[in-house]
Amino acid sequence: MKNKLIIGLTLLSLSGFAVAETPAEKGLRIAKQADASDAGFMDFTANMVMTLKNRAGKTSRRIIRIKTLEGHNDGDKSLSLFDEPADVKGTKMLTFSHGLKADDQWLYLPALKRVKRINSRNKSGPFMGSEFAFEDLGSQEVEKFTYNYLREEPCGAGNAWKCHVIERIPAYKYSGYTKQVSWIDSAEYRVTKVMYYDRKQALLKTLTTTGYQQYAGKHWRPAMMSMQNHQSGKSTTLQWSNYQFKTGLSNRDFNKKSLAR
Amino acid sequence: MNTQPFHVPKLALAASLGISLLSFTQTLHAADLSGNVSAEGRYFTSDPAHTGQQRDSNISVSLQPEWKHTWDKDKQQLTFTPFYRWDDNDKERTHADIRQLDYLKSQGDWEFQVGIGKKFWGVTESSHLVDIINQTDAVEGTDGEDKLGQPMLRASRLTENGSVDFFVLPYFRERTFAGSAGRFRQGMVVDTDASTYESSSKEKHVDYAVRWSESRDELDVGLSYFDGTSRDPNFTVGAKNGQAVLVPHYPLIQQVGLDLQHTTESIIWKLEAIHRRSKDMHYSAAVGGLEYSLPAITDSGAELSLLAEYHHDSRGEVATAPLQNDAFIGARLAMNDEASSELLAGGLYDLDNGTTSIRLEASRRVGNGLKLNLEAQVMTNVDANDPLNAFAKDDYLQLELQKFF
Repeated sequence: MKNKLIIGLTLLSLSGFAVAETPAEKGLRIAKQADASDAGFMDFTANMVMTLKNRAGKTSRRIIRIKTLEGHNDGDKSLSLFDEPADVKGTKMLTFSHGLKADDQWLYLPALKRVKRINSRNKSGPFMGSEFAFEDLGSQEVEKFTYNYLREEPCGAGNAWKCHVIERIPAYKYSGYTKQVSWIDSAEYRVTKVMYYDRKQALLKTLTTTGYQQYAGKHWRPAMMSMQNHQSGKSTTLQWSNYQFKTGLSNRDFNKKSLAR
Repeated sequence: MNTQPFHVPKLALAASLGISLLSFTQTLHAADLSGNVSAEGRYFTSDPAHTGQQRDSNISVSLQPEWKHTWDKDKQQLTFTPFYRWDDNDKERTHADIRQLDYLKSQGDWEFQVGIGKKFWGVTESSHLVDIINQTDAVEGTDGEDKLGQPMLRASRLTENGSVDFFVLPYFRERTFAGSAGRFRQGMVVDTDASTYESSSKEKHVDYAVRWSESRDELDVGLSYFDGTSRDPNFTVGAKNGQAVLVPHYPLIQQVGLDLQHTTESIIWKLEAIHRRSKDMHYSAAVGGLEYSLPAITDSGAELSLLAEYHHDSRGEVATAPLQNDAFIGARLAMNDEASSELLAGGLYDLDNGTTSIRLEASRRVGNGLKLNLEAQVMTNVDANDPLNAFAKDDYLQLELQKFF
């Protein structure tokens, strides 16, 4: 009788441990689950049209093709080929993402046929004058943030999805943000919204991601990402198209030599 | 027994040439066309140093279209990039070149390239020592960064994040020089028709080069070896039409080059070093320094980097190259705005004789595919014996409008 009581009490306290997950732990767990849910994509390519809009409504466009290679025990590798505007056509950027270590980045300048390795100090700076900072577009490795689970609430088109709302603090020393709050759906880990808070802890921008479709039977990718800067009134949209998965890319295609072709 | 040599019927030859031309133009049609046309205006603040040189202003127009055809999942590529410049004052600056006409094939861990092309080697900003494959198109600009197309056969073996490249360079391009009406020249004009070579094969001498480059963690390294006709000529004094002229002489050399870059989040350390040997002499030269990126200086994300480099040439003050004991400091400002506005300002100071030159380069997009470039150079405290003395009266301001398509 006494043994059954001890076993029963032990079982109760064990289940108590499982429930008492801290918000930080829960946030990290979900971030890891989200990362794992996309594992196995091997490689994918996509076209991206970036449209910048200033406060007066004037727009300008950038067109970029992106190739991504899944990393194993390290971050992903990505190659961006610039097609528009015409003065940057032929420019290429190669990035090896890492977790806590700074990303490795090389830039190819077609006018000089020069491959230049650049440093990643100013990741908080805008990418091609848009409302997306380099750190927003780079591979969002799990280790780049510390997490804090906030709550669960409806989200997505028509509030049809249920989202985890997670606060994340960049580990990157020179990040432009003190914190970000992200909405990620609990069924398929699709990010629907991110709110960015600047160095003065004021709300700076909001990213809205829509048009998710599933590729290769597993991988969700958005068709549209829209970043609105609340302080400057400017906005940038990214329209993604022509996603192709498992195209047979390898490390060879992401060798810095392949930049100067 | 018929001992007559086999003659290719002229008709068959014409037909095969015709077919090649047809497939060439068909490829052009299938290819992507891009490129740029530029209009350049220069203003010189001083009167010229030598008789015959143009006075204060100059205009020039250039055209560089590029046809690129890629197929086989980007594994094969054909590129044709002709170039033409017309200069208002200097006949020698009006010139045409084929910058690129080559075929590239990627096969597994190998890459092959045959034709005319350009290869850039190097990591430093204020001068490029290891860059040797292409000849400098010196009439184009004062920074020596414009190059003539180089005929080459290349085979590269990809490594983990780099490659080993083997080059056969079968034809030599002579350097272009300003004519009598041109600025940026010595007192005597260079007579390019009278060039001499150490090699009896002259421009047909076949040169070789090998380069190993690799990237690991924070380090990018390159080691190169070149054996052939030096792209840098020596000069002797000759005569043409009763006038004293400079005659270029191209010696045979072997050169070992090293380029090294260490990149961390805020500081980049750079080094280029060469050792060059010829029949009569040998010397070493190096340039090294750093690039320091400040944290974002404005809320809009403008970036400022500070640069400092030091040059050393073992030949000391008798060096034919202008940078033998010189220091460079500069700053690069990237606004990261919609127009991609950028500014690079720097100064070179000769630690032996105090010759100073200050240079400014700025650019921004001013319309759809339209870019405005500003360039200015001022020289001060110029020592009469410094090789840069030739340009002492050539301080200039240049505005260039480029339309990209």
